[in-house]
Amino acid sequence: MLGIVGYGAYIPRLRLSRKAVVQANAWYAPQFAAKAKGTRAFGNWDEDSITMAVAAARDCLGSGADRARVRGLYLASCTVPFVERSNAGIVGEALLLDETIDAVDITGSQRAALSAVTLALAKAQSAGTQFVLAADLRQARAASAQELEFGDGAAALLLGTEGVIAEYLGGATLSVDFVDHFRSSDAEVDYAWEERWVRDEGVGKLMPRAIGAVLADAGIAATAVDHFIFPSTIAKLDAQLAGTCGIRSDAVVDNLQGRIGDTGTAHALLMLAHTLERAKPGQLILVSQFGSGAQALLFRVTGSAPAARPVKGVGAWLERGIEETSYTKFLAFRQQLILERGMRGEQDKKTALSTLYRHRRSILGFVAGRCSITGEVHFPPSRISYTPGAPALDTQEPYPLAERQGTVLSWSAEYLSYYPSPPQYYGQVDFDGGGRVLMEFVDVSKGDIESGTRVEMAFRIKDVDERRGFVRYFWKATPVRAPGAAKE
Amino acid sequence: MPSGIKDKVVILGMGCSRFGERWDASPEDLMVEAYGEAMADAGIDPKQLDAAWFSTHMSDVGTGRGGLPLSIALRLPNIGVTRVENFCAGGTEAVRGAVYAVASGACDIALALGVEKLKDTGYGGLPVATVGTLVPQWYPNAVAPANFAQLATAYRRKHRVDADTLKRAIAHVSVKSHANGAKNAKAHLRKPITEEQVLAAPIIAEPLGLFDCCGVSDGAAAAIVTRPDIARALGKRDLVAFKALQLSTSNGWEMHSSQWDGSYFHTTRIAAKRAYEEAGIRAPREQVSMLEVHDCFSVTELVTMEDLYLSPEGGAVKDVMDGVFDADGRIPCQIDGGLKCFGHPVGASGVRMLYEMYLQLQHRAGARQLPDPRIGLTHNLGGQPSQNVASVTIVGGLRA
Repeated sequence: MLGIVGYGAYIPRLRLSRKAVVQANAWYAPQFAAKAKGTRAFGNWDEDSITMAVAAARDCLGSGADRARVRGLYLASCTVPFVERSNAGIVGEALLLDETIDAVDITGSQRAALSAVTLALAKAQSAGTQFVLAADLRQARAASAQELEFGDGAAALLLGTEGVIAEYLGGATLSVDFVDHFRSSDAEVDYAWEERWVRDEGVGKLMPRAIGAVLADAGIAATAVDHFIFPSTIAKLDAQLAGTCGIRSDAVVDNLQGRIGDTGTAHALLMLAHTLERAKPGQLILVSQFGSGAQALLFRVTGSAPAARPVKGVGAWLERGIEETSYTKFLAFRQQLILERGMRGEQDKKTALSTLYRHRRSILGFVAGRCSITGEVHFPPSRISYTPGAPALDTQEPYPLAERQGTVLSWSAEYLSYYPSPPQYYGQVDFDGGGRVLMEFVDVSKGDIESGTRVEMAFRIKDVDERRGFVRYFWKATPVRAPGAAKE
Repeated sequence: MPSGIKDKVVILGMGCSRFGERWDASPEDLMVEAYGEAMADAGIDPKQLDAAWFSTHMSDVGTGRGGLPLSIALRLPNIGVTRVENFCAGGTEAVRGAVYAVASGACDIALALGVEKLKDTGYGGLPVATVGTLVPQWYPNAVAPANFAQLATAYRRKHRVDADTLKRAIAHVSVKSHANGAKNAKAHLRKPITEEQVLAAPIIAEPLGLFDCCGVSDGAAAAIVTRPDIARALGKRDLVAFKALQLSTSNGWEMHSSQWDGSYFHTTRIAAKRAYEEAGIRAPREQVSMLEVHDCFSVTELVTMEDLYLSPEGGAVKDVMDGVFDADGRIPCQIDGGLKCFGHPVGASGVRMLYEMYLQLQHRAGARQLPDPRIGLTHNLGGQPSQNVASVTIVGGLRA
C-alpha cells in the first residue's frame, strides 16, 4: 500500500486582528469594512518559510522517530528565502536528515505542494519514505485585500509504504498557464487579475476537469467524497466548486479563513493535516489546489491513522494563537514599516560561511557533544571537556539537543540593544539530560519566563544580514505550553 | 608553592584623569593627564622607566591596537610597551604585567596605564563589540545589563529573596555609591540620589533600572611600580606594597555545565581565596579595611560581597541594608564612587581602583579620607557572570 504515513503542521503564534488592520487603514481603504472579522496568522520577526517548514516537520516526526527512514525531502513554497542555496538543504540540516538523500525545492505555483506530493509518491514506491514540506510567508501591500486574506503557516506530509494511514488512490494534474496572479523574481508582492475572471474562467473550468479525472480514474462517485479540500480566498468558492463537481456540501472542509487566513502553497496540506486529525477509517479525502493549472489527489483513510498523530497538530496550533492588535508590529516584521533602530542597529551581521560549514551540525542541527566517560554535555562541542579536574580529550560524541526540553536557570529582558521585537529575552537553559546553553527566548509574553520555566526548542532566524541578503539560523527556546493554556 | 608577590613591589606613583564624558579629550589627552600626575607623584624622569604595560579594551573606538598608542602619546624613550586586554579587567592586567616585571628583576621601574575612550561612538552605553565568527552564529546578541541582570534572577531563586527585597538592596548599593561619588572631584557622576529615584527609574534589563548600571566614561589611570629598595633610594616613605595579585579565568564550566547555579562568581571566589592566602589574611571581614569592587551593576556588587567572603553566603542583602559597606560602615566599599559614579572607562578601571586604595593608604583622599585604613582590596572583573576573568588585588603599608 502506498500513501500518507505521517503528517504535521505549524501555525505561528501571532494572530493579527483584521479589525485592527481595517481600522488603521479606514481613512484610505474603507471598502474593507466588511472584512474586519477574525484573525490571520503571521510569522514572528524571526520566522520564514524555512523555519515554519522545520516546525511542521518536527510536528510530524516527533522526538523519537527514526529520521534515517526519510529518504527524500521536498520543500514546496513560493516564498523561499534563497533563490540559490538549497532551502530544502537548510531544512534537512536542521532536521538532521541523512546527508545522502536528495533535498529539493519545489516552487512556482500555489499547487507546488501537491506537485511535490505526486513526485514523492512516485519515488516512495522504490526509494523509501519521502517527506513533503510546504510553507509560505507571503508578502502583500498594506491596505490590500491580500493582507487580510493571507496567513502564514506550514504543513508536513510523510509518504511511504509502511504504516499507511491514508492510501493514495490517484491524482490528476492540469498544467495550464492561467495567470490569476504572478510575481517576478525581484518583485515583493503579487500582481493579480480580476477575481471574477479567476473564479469563472479559471477555477470554474479547470478544477472540475482535474477533480473529475481523478474520481473517474479511481472509479469513485463524487458523492462518496467525505472531505473535500479546496483552499481559496474567494468566499464560498469551495462550496460552489463542490456543487459543480457533484461533491456533497457537507464534505467541504473549513478553510480556516476566519482564524489564520490562506497559507498559500501550504494551505491544501494544512487543511489535509487538520482533516486527518479527525477523519475516520474508510473515509475519502479529495485534496485539490489551483495555480498555473489544477491538481487533485484522492486518499482513503485506513485504520492506522491514530498511530500517526502529530505532536501538536493543527487543532493545538490553532489554540495556541495570541491575538495581536498592533498593526504596526505586523508591518514592521514585514519590512513594510521601517522603524528607527538607533546606532546599535547598525552592526554588521556578516556570516563567515566557512565557519558556518565547519560548525553546521551544531548551528543548524543543534548537536552538542556528550562525553563518553562522564556523560556531561557540551555545547558547542569541544575537543577538551569542561569536567573540573578531569579535562578529557576527544571523548565527546554527537548529542542532539533540539528535541529535548529544558529549564530556565536565569533570564533577563533587555531594552538596550536593537531587537526587532523588544524587549529581548534571553537566559541560561539547562537541558534535560545535561548541557547548558545561553539562549534567546521567543514567542514570550510578559510573565512567561521565570527561573524554573520549562522550555522547548524552535528553529528560527538568528540574524539577517541585510547588506548581503544572507539569513543566519539557530535554535531558540520557547515556553512549553499546555494544551488550551493560550492567552487570547 | 610559588612564593607570591607579597611585599616585593611597591607603588612609586599614581595618576588618574578626570573621568566622564570627556568631549574635550582624545584618548591620547587622557593618557597624558594620568601619566603626568603619576610621573610627578613618582618624581622620576621618563628615562628611568624600563618598560610599560598598556590596557585598553575597545580599541576600535578608542586608540587602535598594539603598544604604539601609549608609546606615541607619551613619547616614551623607545622602551617596550605591551598592550594587554582582558575585558573590563584589563587595567589590573597592566598592573600585573608591570608588577611581575619588577618582581622578576627584569625591570627596576615599570609603568602600567589603562585608558578607554567610549564617548566617540555616538550613542550611550558600552559600544557593540565583535566576538569572532562562530559565537555570533549561535550566541544571543547579548548586552552587559542583561548578562548581569541574570544574577538577580538566580540569586532570588537560590536564597528565596523576593524581588522587591532584592531590588531595594541593590538600590541601596547605588545610593551609597552616589553619596560617595559626590565627594570626588574626578568622578563622572556627582549627584546624590534617593532610593525612590532608583526604584522609579526606567528598566534597562529586568530587574535592573538606569541607576543599577554604572557610568560609561572616558578616562585613564596610571601606576608606576618599583622594588621597595629603589623606592626608598628615591626618597619615598609610607610605601604602599602589593600583598596579593590574583587572577582567575573561567574555563567554560559555569557556561556549559549545569552545575553552577548562576547566583555568584565562581572565579571571584577562587581569586579571593588565593589572594587572601598570598596576603596572609585569615579573617577578611575583620582584616580588610576598605575595598573597590567591580560594581558594573548594583547586583554585581551585592553578590561580590559574598564571593569575597566579606558577607556570609546569602547574607549580602542584610549586610548591604545594614550599611556595612557604606562610607561610615565597617568595610567601606566604593569610597571613590566606584564604577557606578567615578565611572567605567573599561581598560582604566582596574588601575583607578588601585588609585583610590593608594590615596587612602597614604591619607591623601581629601573629603572622603577614611580614618585609619590598613588593608585595601580591589576586585576587577571582566566578562559576564557565566564566563569571566576576575582579579583580586590586595595592597597595604610596608613596614620599614
